[in-house]
Amino acid sequence: MNQAKRPLLEVKDLTCHFDVSKPLLNRILEREPKSFLTAVDEVSFEVNKGETFALVGESGSGKSTIAKLIVDLVHPSSGKIEFDGQSLATSRGQAFKNLRRRMQMIFQDPFASLNPRWPVGELVAEPIYAFGLAKSRAEVNRTVEELLEKVGLSGRDAAKFPHEFSGGQRQRIAIARALSAQPDFLVCDEPTSALDVSVQAQILNLMKDLQDEFGLTYLFISHDMSVVKHMADRIGVLYLGALVENAAAEELFKNPKHPYTRMLLDAIPDHEMTGRKRQAIKGEIPSPIDPPSGCTFHPRCALATGECKVKRPEVVVREGTRVACWEVDRLA
Amino acid sequence: MSDVLLSVRDLVVEFPKRKTLLTALDGVSFDIHRGEILGVVGESGAGKSLTGAAIIGLLEQPGRIASGEIWLEDQRIDQLPYEKMRQLRGKRIAMIFQDPLTSLNPIFTIAEQLVETIRTHLPLNAKQARERAIQLLDEVGIPAAAKRVDDYPHQFSGGMRQRVVIALALAGEPELIIADEPTTALDVSVQAQIIDVLKRMCADHGAAVMLVTHDMGVIAEACDRVAVMYAGRVAEIGQVRQIVKQPQHPYTQGLMGSIPSLAHQRHRLIQIPGSMPRLDAIPTGCAFNPRCTSVGERCYKERPDLLVTNQGEVACWLFDQGGVA
Repeated sequence: MNQAKRPLLEVKDLTCHFDVSKPLLNRILEREPKSFLTAVDEVSFEVNKGETFALVGESGSGKSTIAKLIVDLVHPSSGKIEFDGQSLATSRGQAFKNLRRRMQMIFQDPFASLNPRWPVGELVAEPIYAFGLAKSRAEVNRTVEELLEKVGLSGRDAAKFPHEFSGGQRQRIAIARALSAQPDFLVCDEPTSALDVSVQAQILNLMKDLQDEFGLTYLFISHDMSVVKHMADRIGVLYLGALVENAAAEELFKNPKHPYTRMLLDAIPDHEMTGRKRQAIKGEIPSPIDPPSGCTFHPRCALATGECKVKRPEVVVREGTRVACWEVDRLA
Repeated sequence: MSDVLLSVRDLVVEFPKRKTLLTALDGVSFDIHRGEILGVVGESGAGKSLTGAAIIGLLEQPGRIASGEIWLEDQRIDQLPYEKMRQLRGKRIAMIFQDPLTSLNPIFTIAEQLVETIRTHLPLNAKQARERAIQLLDEVGIPAAAKRVDDYPHQFSGGMRQRVVIALALAGEPELIIADEPTTALDVSVQAQIIDVLKRMCADHGAAVMLVTHDMGVIAEACDRVAVMYAGRVAEIGQVRQIVKQPQHPYTQGLMGSIPSLAHQRHRLIQIPGSMPRLDAIPTGCAFNPRCTSVGERCYKERPDLLVTNQGEVACWLFDQGGVA
């Protein structure tokens, strides 16, 4: 593959188990084996430069774990993550530091992600110092001021503390901090779900503007399908840690292939009152400690056959959509 | 729908601070009819939850109702003594809270909690109350209700817990249910189920619901009418369809435009500049004037009351004969 076509981020067969066993003594006394929770189950996807890839799913589907795996805050059990052809897990020293600089994260709760004892200017300047991106104190101050203005705050806000800002303004500070490392890739874990809709609109617009300006690539994690539709170029749908469908955004909404995706789209409240018909939803997401056999969606699926109960579905490609379902052709 | 069940008139709720007085609700008025679902939307801090708390008499100290009236049919309930209000609560007005885990007691079984509530309000013996409890759980869609009734709250999933909370609210056969963000803590597929349960229950039991939420999608799915709140005031009230399709108040228009759409793609969302004022810095005149695009001279001087238009009620001078100038 030539240089230009290589995806910026390539995730292959990524799996992550968490040990949820009881303490050793309890296990011996109660004669129980170790138990594991499969948070991420053989997930593969690619993100191209300049695009927004969104991961959607319900709570417990592994969205946030994937975000943490990608920035190496959690280590995978198996599988590989390559960023611009290099692996974060095997890099050391300067190469590791440089990879880390190029990918930054925006968290869900701007009340928890900003240190309340630090003035905003210091918060935003921290990555600049950490990666040695400026030569003098004056240059740092100038950069911080520019960044704050870029995200819609004022340069004077650098002296204030996080508690002096509203939720939306704090999320702007978090974005400015992420940008101060001059990254090309931002992992955004539910960046607007703690915000009101009118503030959410401001932040989403800001994120789009910054993407156009700096050519940023986003991994956008959300449970809100309408936000995802607004932001994403490609969408991956997660169910119990597995990627069940990976499609271009428009295709996913126009022509969803996996029964779970259809169910999810049916469930969204229709605020525009288009009067679309919807199917009643069955059941709830099962426990990831003891997931159903075969296709994990089979107990809730209307199309499930005997095969679905025993064999894990393979990923097939239909009209450019990658979908993991045995019965995909029966749906269409 | 003719008969008014709940009527709130010029409700003012204040929080005295050491030196100042914060007016959290400032002249809120609306009616809820029998069997109707009224949605109350607004952003955080608009006073949605506070309105619910004031109606059911659960305002937290030092908050108090400074003026205004709340009528439940022909009984005035905003000044009832504690004991009278306690009898009303759970019996004629019930409440569903946002987080189902904190509204259930973790050390009692579902049966114990339901039976206690049922026997407080209805003249039933222990055995009948237990049967009634199982019947209620069955109605809200809990599978194998007779078996699960003796489980503890932690043995239920989030969606199931919220069903239990709905059953608990229905236990006293209330006429009005105040549901404060009942689906906010839930996943979207479970949310759809809970909205269906809530709608069905109200239809079956003939209860009216005041549904407080910030999610316009939930409002559009569930409600008959909707009140839009801004900075402790009602900005607009009308039929859901009117508010969604043809919002009149500039704030409602901005709010509707800021929601990402599933039906069509826009490159940019409409954004309302700025944010909602803090309670100690509400502008004089119309509270929305610093953010409004059609603001005029009058908006800075006089505060608009709800004006009746042919599509509902709007608190905006644009709809007055004098205009904004």
